[in-house]
Amino acid sequence: MKIKSLAASVALTVGATGFSMAAWAEDPIKVGILHSLSGTMAISESTLKDTMLMLIEEQNAKGGLLGRELEPVVVDPASNWPLFAEKARELLAKEKVDVIFGNWTSVSRKSVLPVVEELNGLLFYPVQYEGEESSENVFYTGAAPNQQAIPAVDYLMNEIGVERWVLAGTDYVYPRTTNKILETYLKDHGVAAEDIMINYTPFGHSNWQSIVSDIKAFGSQGKKTAVVSTINGDANVPFYRELGNQGIAASDIPVVAFSVGEQELSGIDTAPLVGHLAAWNYFMSVDADANYDFIDKWVAYKGDENAVTNDPMEAHYIGFNMWLEAVKKAGTTDVDAVKDAIIGVAVPNLTGGYATMMPNHHITKPVLIGEIQDNGQFSVVWETPSTVAGDAWSDFLPGSRDLISDWRKPLSCGNYNVVEKSCGGAEKVASN
Amino acid sequence: MSIPRSLSQLLIVCLLSLLALAPARADDAQAQALLEQLADAPYAQKGRIIGEIAGSGDERARQWLEAFANGKLARVEASGQFVIVLENRGRNWTVADALSGETIGEISRRDLDSLRINNALRGELDGILSVIDLTVADVGKRLAAARDLRGGVDAGSFERIGTLLSAEENPDVRAALEEALAIYRVEALGDIAAVAVLAGSLNTAARAALTGAARSDNAQLAAAANRALESIDQKLKLNNAAKTLYFGISLGSVLVLAAIGLAITFGVMGVINMAHGELIMLGAYTTWGMQQLLPGQPGLALVLSIPAGFMVAALAGIAIERTVIQHLKGRPLETLLATFGISLILQQLVRTVISPLNRSVVTPEWMSGSIMINEALSLTLNRLYIIGFALVVFAGLMLIMRKTRLGLEVRAVTQNRAMARSMGIKATRVDILTFALGSGVAGLAGVALSQITNVGPNLGQNYIIDSFMVVVFGGVGNLWGTLVAGLSLGTINQLLEPWAGAVLAKILVLVFIILFIQKRPRGLFPQKGRAAEG
Repeated sequence: MKIKSLAASVALTVGATGFSMAAWAEDPIKVGILHSLSGTMAISESTLKDTMLMLIEEQNAKGGLLGRELEPVVVDPASNWPLFAEKARELLAKEKVDVIFGNWTSVSRKSVLPVVEELNGLLFYPVQYEGEESSENVFYTGAAPNQQAIPAVDYLMNEIGVERWVLAGTDYVYPRTTNKILETYLKDHGVAAEDIMINYTPFGHSNWQSIVSDIKAFGSQGKKTAVVSTINGDANVPFYRELGNQGIAASDIPVVAFSVGEQELSGIDTAPLVGHLAAWNYFMSVDADANYDFIDKWVAYKGDENAVTNDPMEAHYIGFNMWLEAVKKAGTTDVDAVKDAIIGVAVPNLTGGYATMMPNHHITKPVLIGEIQDNGQFSVVWETPSTVAGDAWSDFLPGSRDLISDWRKPLSCGNYNVVEKSCGGAEKVASN
Repeated sequence: MSIPRSLSQLLIVCLLSLLALAPARADDAQAQALLEQLADAPYAQKGRIIGEIAGSGDERARQWLEAFANGKLARVEASGQFVIVLENRGRNWTVADALSGETIGEISRRDLDSLRINNALRGELDGILSVIDLTVADVGKRLAAARDLRGGVDAGSFERIGTLLSAEENPDVRAALEEALAIYRVEALGDIAAVAVLAGSLNTAARAALTGAARSDNAQLAAAANRALESIDQKLKLNNAAKTLYFGISLGSVLVLAAIGLAITFGVMGVINMAHGELIMLGAYTTWGMQQLLPGQPGLALVLSIPAGFMVAALAGIAIERTVIQHLKGRPLETLLATFGISLILQQLVRTVISPLNRSVVTPEWMSGSIMINEALSLTLNRLYIIGFALVVFAGLMLIMRKTRLGLEVRAVTQNRAMARSMGIKATRVDILTFALGSGVAGLAGVALSQITNVGPNLGQNYIIDSFMVVVFGGVGNLWGTLVAGLSLGTINQLLEPWAGAVLAKILVLVFIILFIQKRPRGLFPQKGRAAEG
């Protein structure tokens, strides 16, 4: 199967190159792909590399961009954060790519950030993250906390009537920041401190027995309890397995997760998890023609009938199409021109609506709450009535409350303090 | 179930010639109308329609509601026909007509509208289905239904359950039903008499009801509830201590399994093998491979993986020993670096050849779930099996080292290589066999770990540090030390975790080991005699 699809793609590439010799007028436009293909993050990131290759192949078949061929440049930062910076430098300085699609973890993004800013590159970042950042050179196509965590908590509070909260997360920056935001948000909504339990576990934690048993005890105090999980990656599988083994059903204590998608569920028997929740901006099960078309293409590209799609893939789909539109609008791939042109660009998303690039380099997204089904898919039980614009600076953290980001001229500032009326509040946030 | 259904179909076919199907059609029309209401109503009203369907007296009602609860009731977009989804993987789903029960075949997911359900509705449905189940003949089913009803009784079902209780004969089912009714009476009616029924109950719904009652304005009720809660808390304390101990032993047994192979290669042979974790990973992947070879028989596959996992890891171990380790004898630093390289190579090999994604290993029926000692204390089965497996592997290894010729030769070669060779022992052969044995045991650990953790390329990395920790703490070269060290580190970790958190507990355990090694550099059970000086 693998070999066959490899041969097919080789044949396709050869065909495409042959065709290009005749048709492409100028040099190709280079698209950098900065995703780990080895190391711990390969599990999540290698799929995104394939998504980008598929999108580029498809665009070339449609005639490329500005009459020029798109050429993917794939590098492997090997889940090694400092290597991300080096590879980004290689892409921008040596390969002279016009745009980069890449990164998954926040720490890798932070490592790439100074390089992209120094060499004036463009980076599209497709994963949900903790916010508190806005760079002139980065476009955040994943969800900010107000596009995922806050609506999910709203849903539990208003629709399910949850009164006691367990905030469980992996011990690193994204869960810690998100939980800090959520804690303030819950307390603002009248939740007492003793009704919030916060728990952190190391990466790849596999022995969940006592934590799950604690959650069970915490949830048997007569108030409806829910777990808000920012547990990362594959630590989720043993966590859910333990929930099932200790007999915690979703109707007793629902778990809403921000990092569990179709990809993670494909490695697990989902029968005991039916009814647990996840909050995303896209699910593979969304009933929209754009989504079905995308799935058909993805299945054909992978040559695997069971290939799944997920939220960060949709983010790349949106980001890539936004960049295409912006380049067409600007008539050039020049970074400064594209940066100005892309603000306000709206492209279809996969859930039947449109995504617009906001002046703060975040995009508008619908927020969906889905329940896990026995086939490893989610069924949407709730969605926001309209799309939500991403907020770079959270309204629920001291210091970041007064900041806004607007990269349009003449403000052109990522952290404008509306109280002090000055740009550059980031240092204050960092010291908080 | 299926026999009476097909019988009734046969009957309908017979009637068809005589009565032109009129009654059946009227039935179907009503059913179609109800299902349409169910599909189109907003969530808030679906509960009422579910009640109507359950009360319609249609014998297919249970089947529809069950399909609905599982998210398997769907409507064909074009025709409005209701179908039950039989197979919902991939892009095309196999469906059967909801009214006639006939299998239609595959329909593209594009053309189907699944009827959405959420947790609140599922809870309501479970209550209705449980009440229906209370009337079946099978005692086990009735008992399960009665237990599920605890905390699930509402105003609508209260009367009906009361009637069913008076007709019930089985004492266990009666007790569960009484408890279910008492919970409702305490929660909704504030009935003091019902508090007595719940005293001593370890059920979480019962405790939740009592906690609620203890906060009530009715002083008498609150006092009674508080007394009941106290007696429950007493019982819970004891159970919690037992639970922590079980968690500790179970984590300990995992540590022992992961470390015991290393106790042979590192402890006995003195080879620092950083690729030990990847040998564990190979064992886990063997389990996955076996399950791919024997689809539909996860249990058999798992049992067969025990010898297969051992062989695969042992062969890999032999290959590593022959190609790398034998050339680096007596150079521990180089061995460490070389085996670390091997571990990276093996990881990337798995990523490239199989997939960077985790593989799903199915847990067989007999290993999932838990044994319930009482409501508050249940022992998860997979962990219980692993504790047993760890002990069997340990006993097996002890037997090999103590009672067989191989064991004797291994001990001889490690204690004094030159002397052993002069006695005619082929030291090279012993090296190979020992390393293969240690590696094979790592493979066994992988088979066990596939049941509790992710099977992915990073599996081994998560266990290599822990393994070295256990071996060093237990005393290098001592199998008993490994057993005691693994179990005690597991228990310490689980004792610390509830109040220190998982991250801090891990750090505290490491600090403890560092201090301990300062005091006793050779671990818990140091080697004695001449071998210790070597």
